[in-house]
Amino acid sequence: MRPLKFLLIKEFKQIFRNKTLLPMIFVMPLVQLLIMPLAADYEVKNINISIIDNDHSTFSHRLSSKIAASKYFRLIENEQSFKGAYQKIESNEADLILEIPYRFEENIYRTGSQQVFIAVNAINGTKASLGGSYLSSIIRDFNGSIQPEIKFSAPSSPLKRIELSAINWFNPYLNYKVFMVPAILVILVTMVGAYMCGLNIVKEKEVGTIEQINVSPIKKHHYILGKLIPFLVIGLIVFSIGFFIISWGVYGIVPQGSLLLLYAYLALFLIAILGFGLLISTYSETQQQAMSVSFFFMMVFILMSGLFTSIDAMPAWAKVIAYANPVTYFIEVMRMVVLKGSTFQHITQHVLIMLGFATLFNVWAILNYRKTA
Amino acid sequence: MGDIKWACTERLNSDPMVDVSVQNISKTYDEGTVKALSGISFEVEKGELFGIVGPDGAGKTTLFRILVTLLLADAGEAMVNGSDVVKDYKEIRSKVGYMPGKFSLYQDLSVEENLKFFASIFGTTVEENYHLVKDIYVQLEPFKRRRAGALSGGMKQKLALCCALIHRPEVLFLDEPTTGVDTVSRKEFWEMLKRLKSEGITILVSTPYMDEATLCERIALVQEGQIMSIDTPDGIIARYPDQLFAIKSDNMSGLLRDLRAHPEVASAFSFGEYHHITFTDKQKIAEGASSFLATLSHHNLEMHTITPTVEDCFIQLMSHDGR
Repeated sequence: MRPLKFLLIKEFKQIFRNKTLLPMIFVMPLVQLLIMPLAADYEVKNINISIIDNDHSTFSHRLSSKIAASKYFRLIENEQSFKGAYQKIESNEADLILEIPYRFEENIYRTGSQQVFIAVNAINGTKASLGGSYLSSIIRDFNGSIQPEIKFSAPSSPLKRIELSAINWFNPYLNYKVFMVPAILVILVTMVGAYMCGLNIVKEKEVGTIEQINVSPIKKHHYILGKLIPFLVIGLIVFSIGFFIISWGVYGIVPQGSLLLLYAYLALFLIAILGFGLLISTYSETQQQAMSVSFFFMMVFILMSGLFTSIDAMPAWAKVIAYANPVTYFIEVMRMVVLKGSTFQHITQHVLIMLGFATLFNVWAILNYRKTA
Repeated sequence: MGDIKWACTERLNSDPMVDVSVQNISKTYDEGTVKALSGISFEVEKGELFGIVGPDGAGKTTLFRILVTLLLADAGEAMVNGSDVVKDYKEIRSKVGYMPGKFSLYQDLSVEENLKFFASIFGTTVEENYHLVKDIYVQLEPFKRRRAGALSGGMKQKLALCCALIHRPEVLFLDEPTTGVDTVSRKEFWEMLKRLKSEGITILVSTPYMDEATLCERIALVQEGQIMSIDTPDGIIARYPDQLFAIKSDNMSGLLRDLRAHPEVASAFSFGEYHHITFTDKQKIAEGASSFLATLSHHNLEMHTITPTVEDCFIQLMSHDGR
């Protein structure tokens, strides 16, 4: 174990001397966790709507002002014709058009029903679908509010309605940050593991110091452990900073589950992802190569992990990729343990799968390292 | 210490004085398309300062990397200090010192830290073998807190030598240790090697500089993966087959052209101030050089006999092989 001690001392000295790496390790979690959750938000606000009111009645005015009063919509100048409103969409000033037909109020009183026309600019898919559904819900609401008034005139429309009220568990206010912050923390830890460890080893290859180590009695597993342990420690530190200072301190996300369980899973995940970094380093000759390869996998890891988009909503082939992605499991475990307070029994499968990843990556990397050196 | 080891290690080679033995080592790159070494064989005795001399691309680095167990040969066998480079690679790694041609110490560690680190990974301390590196290290001492990456070329090489020596290796492999180092430092470096030799360490050194060849006890001249000649530098010079002349005039480039076109001239090469030439007919020149000079229409012609250098021998061997 003595050689390992010397390797670790050397490694930590080098890390603490690195003028780029060290600030990255400590500033990255702060910046990413403080800024990203505030900006990356699913709620769409400031949807520009253009209303063509062909009726100019009390009802049509009430509908317009109801929409304008909502925090999601911004009423832009009312147009007199659909053509004019459509030009607004083309010039990107309007996202939605609502056309209220002529005799809107009169038809409601007379027949009890009336249709309005909604046109949505679907260039930005999220904005379009959310804007459309916000608007529909406002109209539905409006519909409910005018029911008592038209009941007198419309003879046969008995008011039979089932009211649904939902309670959101584990994140009662559907706070986006509660959902995102733990997951972003996972991405940070992944970066430390997949980038830093791999690049560090490739740097030794590039500079040639690995040859000096190879022509020495140092054992391969000592050398590999000497590389994994420092980055395991850094991963734990980055996670702790993000978890206690930012997630808990700033956002007030109090973990529901056991911290010990969370840290045990984190350590397991780090071993797996460090093994992945190691694997990349055995296939790369230069830092540039290692960087490009890790970047490619990071993109897949981030986008196919259920971080932003629900895995359940993915097509079948994409689900296969998502479930072959170690990041997916840690994000799930984070959300389960932190938000739901899940215990070991609930995440047994996740633990087994991550054990599999850790073994696969590390064994593969060590075998390949032997072959090339 | 070395003697005890000799007694208890079984060796294929019967001669106890042989420390490094290379038998028919071949190595190709890129699936056999590039030949780096083709069937090299030689032996180095214990405590010898052995030089591998050859131009860039001759296969010197490949040979060293095979001997220090970083590379596997395609064919052939090699023994270093009684251990097979393939079977007993682990033993070799603890008893050889290797200084690669490219500076490969930790640039972000200081001089002192590098030395300590390399001592510790060999399970020893700087203090234990300080006497070996003392002469060199005293020159580095004023900069011991400086990062290795910030040292000058010569200082880097000295530090690399210290780090390769600090575990007191039985055999030291130095791959082009003086390439890119100034003349004064080069001279110092060779003096250090001579002192190390007196410690009983076998030293293999490769160099592209022919003038350094004479500083070795024995040299192997290599070219395109083959050994052209192995002998002491004097022995190699003594084997030079022709009488060599040095010639100069006012117009050196014109002279070289004329000499090469001259029917009586066997070879002509530019060598700094003079051109070195040999003749097809030795007898005729011995009788009268002036008649030859008269055939050249050059001003201030001057010609005299000289003893060849290793470089002359190298060129002679190369052109002999090539044609």
